[in-house]
Amino acid sequence: MQYAMMIYAEPGYAEALPEADREAVIAEFAALADDARCVTAAQLQPAETATCVRVAGGRTLMTDGPFADTKEVLGGFVLIEAANLDEAIELAARVPVTRFGGIVEVRPVVAR
Amino acid sequence: MLASLVGFLGDFDKAEEAAQEAFAIAAERWPKKGEGEAGGMPANPGAWLVTTARNRAIDRIRRERTLAEKIHLLPVPETVMDVMDEFDDTVIKDERLELIFTCCHPALPLEGQVALTLRALGGLETAEIARAFLVSEETMKRRLSRAKAKIKATGIPFAVPAAHLLPDRLDAVLAVIYLIYNEGYSGRVDLGAEAIRLGRVLAALMPDEPEAHGLLALMMIHHARRRARFSGEDLVLLEDQDRSLWDHAQIAAGRAVLDRAVALRGRGAYVIQAAIASLQTAEQIDWPQVAELYRRLAELTGSAVVELNRAAALAQAGDPAAALRAVDRLDLDGYLYFHSTRGELLRRLGRHDEARAAYRRALELATSTPERRFLTRRLAQL
Repeated sequence: MQYAMMIYAEPGYAEALPEADREAVIAEFAALADDARCVTAAQLQPAETATCVRVAGGRTLMTDGPFADTKEVLGGFVLIEAANLDEAIELAARVPVTRFGGIVEVRPVVAR
Repeated sequence: MLASLVGFLGDFDKAEEAAQEAFAIAAERWPKKGEGEAGGMPANPGAWLVTTARNRAIDRIRRERTLAEKIHLLPVPETVMDVMDEFDDTVIKDERLELIFTCCHPALPLEGQVALTLRALGGLETAEIARAFLVSEETMKRRLSRAKAKIKATGIPFAVPAAHLLPDRLDAVLAVIYLIYNEGYSGRVDLGAEAIRLGRVLAALMPDEPEAHGLLALMMIHHARRRARFSGEDLVLLEDQDRSLWDHAQIAAGRAVLDRAVALRGRGAYVIQAAIASLQTAEQIDWPQVAELYRRLAELTGSAVVELNRAAALAQAGDPAAALRAVDRLDLDGYLYFHSTRGELLRRLGRHDEARAAYRRALELATSTPERRFLTRRLAQL
């Protein structure tokens, strides 16, 4: 089944890392994205670039910034195909940010 | 029975439904002794129930499949169909171990793990579990169905975890069983005995895991002393307990389980705690050895509470001054037993004013009646 892994981290965490760690993070994320079980992986631009959109009375309304005002922000997502939750959790634990205080939320995708 | 059915059907709700049907048939047929083939109690009632439940479930799946073929809806899950092809009436595989790991999956909320383990493996009724945890039956029912829904929706596997995941996952299982054991002190259902039963099942299913034996031994030895732990409403300390109230057969049985854990080179936290409990039931308690075991346990767990116990053992070994020095290094100001232990050590050292202050602080933190009564008595004795 498919699982979405939503990656949350403090903004600028990667920039704050020592050079060697930062390179390792990039390499590990690339390796994960290359895994055969990975359907798609994306890193997002910083939260300041976010625009929230809703429609009210036929008008499209926009607000600046991310939807939730939290310390950790959504920084990327990965869609994977895994046999079960244990396999999905193993892949989630390979997202490098989990070693630096970040969090990966794993959610099964509704089957179509 | 439920474990076998969940394993077979891959679905809690279907398994429970099938089990209920089988029980209903049994209730109708078994009492009719001597009324031909269909009546009377079968030679092996357990196997009969599982087989009947499985057959009922298969009938149901076949009915659903026929329906699905007719209306091209309701696809029957592949896995269930695969198992059905290999179906053999005579072999009932023991799938309790898989069920234990599913129920105690760390992706489930802890209270859900506990409830599910008791329901699916302990065979307790929802109402009984609700009573034990002092919540309404409705709340417990919701807790169980949320946990079951999460297992299904998220694909929590019905399997023993892979070898590289096993140590962590076994820890989670042991923690759930030990939590159930410890809840036994506050609830109304005998969860202590239930936890021991679960521990016995786990140790039998994982005979090479020292910590499974360690936990079982720990619970058995503690449980054997339960009748001596209270005198009416009052808490009785180990050294003042009436040993004739101990269940000596269970202590011996617990020690045998501990021997097995040690023979497997068990050095884990449960094995050490069981060894301590075993030493404490000896005629002459070897306190220096108890203190040494607490030192190793503290190394493993990094727990200040364990350090406190080590200090208490040092005092029993005859060195209250060293014990007090060890206690005063700990940062446990909000902990009742920190203050009661300090009070006891100060009393032994003849520093009665300080002892009284420590006992008063402990009394402020005490919430249960037996604890309050115990501390009040200690204060009065000073």
